[in-house]
Amino acid sequence: MSTGTPPLSNPPKPQVKALHCPQCGAAIVLRSLGNAETVVCESCHSILDAKDPNLQILQKFQVITGEVPPLIPLGTRGKLRGTDYEVIGFQRRSITVEGIRYDWHEYVLFNPYKGTRYLSEYNGHWNDIGVCKELPVVQFASVNYLGEIYKHFQTSDANTNYVLGEFPWQVRVGEHATVTEYVKPPRVLASEKSANEVTWSLGEYMYGADIWKAFNLPGHAPEAVGVYENQPSPVSQNVKGIWGAFLAFAILLLVLLAGFDLASSKTTVFDSSYRLNPGEPKGEASFVTNVFKLDGRTSNVQITTTANVDNSWIYLNYALISQDSGQAWDFGREVSYYHGYDSDGSWTEGGQKDEVVIPSVPAGHYYLRIEPEVDPRHAPLVYTVQVRRDVTVPGLFGVAFLALLLPAIAITWRSINFESMRWAESDHPPIHLGNTE
Amino acid sequence: MTQPVSNCPNCGAKIVFQWSSSVQTVCPYCKSILVRTDVDLKKVGQVADLPPDSSPIQLNTEGIYRNKAFVVGGRILYEYDQGGWNEWHITMNDGTSAWLSDAQNEYAISFAANTTGLPAAAQVQVGQQFMWNNQRYTLTVITPAHYRGVEGELPFQYWDKTDVTFADLRSETGKFATLDYSDEQPALYLGEFVEFDDLKLKNLRGFEGW
Repeated sequence: MSTGTPPLSNPPKPQVKALHCPQCGAAIVLRSLGNAETVVCESCHSILDAKDPNLQILQKFQVITGEVPPLIPLGTRGKLRGTDYEVIGFQRRSITVEGIRYDWHEYVLFNPYKGTRYLSEYNGHWNDIGVCKELPVVQFASVNYLGEIYKHFQTSDANTNYVLGEFPWQVRVGEHATVTEYVKPPRVLASEKSANEVTWSLGEYMYGADIWKAFNLPGHAPEAVGVYENQPSPVSQNVKGIWGAFLAFAILLLVLLAGFDLASSKTTVFDSSYRLNPGEPKGEASFVTNVFKLDGRTSNVQITTTANVDNSWIYLNYALISQDSGQAWDFGREVSYYHGYDSDGSWTEGGQKDEVVIPSVPAGHYYLRIEPEVDPRHAPLVYTVQVRRDVTVPGLFGVAFLALLLPAIAITWRSINFESMRWAESDHPPIHLGNTE
Repeated sequence: MTQPVSNCPNCGAKIVFQWSSSVQTVCPYCKSILVRTDVDLKKVGQVADLPPDSSPIQLNTEGIYRNKAFVVGGRILYEYDQGGWNEWHITMNDGTSAWLSDAQNEYAISFAANTTGLPAAAQVQVGQQFMWNNQRYTLTVITPAHYRGVEGELPFQYWDKTDVTFADLRSETGKFATLDYSDEQPALYLGEFVEFDDLKLKNLRGFEGW
């Protein structure tokens, strides 16, 4: 094509313009070119009209001594979401809630192709903020934005206290705007209402360390204090996961329990009753039982002792002895049962039955050696010893169940705690039990 | 594509229309605003120097929108109390005319809508909702703007403007509409916000150090 590009239609490459402050003569740099509406002199803090070739003074403001300088100096470049941005402006804003002033900082970031983004910082908590293109729909106490629900957090009157650098809008110190924030961690949706317009912006929580990395800043980011409104909970993501895992393992446990119960033979291999008259036993009372056979794979053995104790006790020294190898399992069991009345009514303690499981007993021929001990003044006593091979032990499953349940409860508790710290700072603080004044 | 060639009635420079549908152009040499008549070009005005502007888009910037290639042929520049913005006129490779607006690097593409019964400037207010093409739009801002200048080819005559009012509307899904009160009859443009990267723009302006 012969059209070509007319020589004058290509404007010269825009570059950082060198200008001077009409108030103090200091050099003024316009980093965002024609996008800048106002620029603040870094030496005398005059707010200048960036659109005016003479940089007409729009406002002067008093800077308090000890004003905190920007943590990211103006002119610093960094990479956010894969795009290079330069810090061109900085402002300190504040809200006052119940007489307490809260200050935060906002940084204006610029890329000549992608435009403006913002960073905000409060007590070491950072947000990466962009203006919304889609219209959020305000519902009762929430907002629907792109199909997601954001919960109302706070409505406040934000005041601009201090400005530095360039702004793509007409900035003034002392300006007020009504800021309403809705959260869905890690995001926060904010509407800013000034006289003419409502602007919606979407922020995403960022950790100071990531900001330091993105902007290649020296030293370490200031540590974040407290819980911020849209700070992602370190545990809440895990809550669903842990309960899901808990449910899965609980089902698995139940299946295992049922499986073991089906697979276990639970055969009674020995069952015998013994009588102790008053005054018995005398002296060495141990005796051995008949031999019984334990079949199958190496498995457990359950010994059940029942005795008609009534406000009395019996103690049995047991030994399960292998006739084949001579290996012995020694253990003592007590059966005691007490009951009565006192000022609180009736009470009972203990019972007439005791069960014990001996794990991993190989197949073979076995007998028991039993040595009973009783209160010498006992009534006539009958006790029964029953031996069962290969029983299921629900108790073990109970322990496993608890081992799964406890971390799930702990994580849920931590999550609730985190959320209550988050919402404590909102317009909707959670009710604190036991903390009424 | 026809490319009628004429000479600038003011300075004699060769004027080439890239698009047969263009009605107006600006002489790239003497900045005369030229309007096509049946026989030749007529000078109707003069563009003052445009203010320094930081749009990365320029005449002949190319891009892709919805799988169609487009070329930037001209622009209208507006100013309002919080800055300025460009309405770049683009022509799609199927001949369709559209607008790529760059408002401080917020980009939207819109097409003239053939809708009647549009509300008058005095009737619109922020918060009103309208249904166009089965899409609900909410009016978000009314901008009293100032016409600042033109560049390149435009599909209509547009040069004798001063103050013009625009009403911008948005949807919950990123759709965008503008009611343009430049002329006696309001005009409606419907479109959507677009991401810079998605347009795959070429022939952009360069920025020192970027």
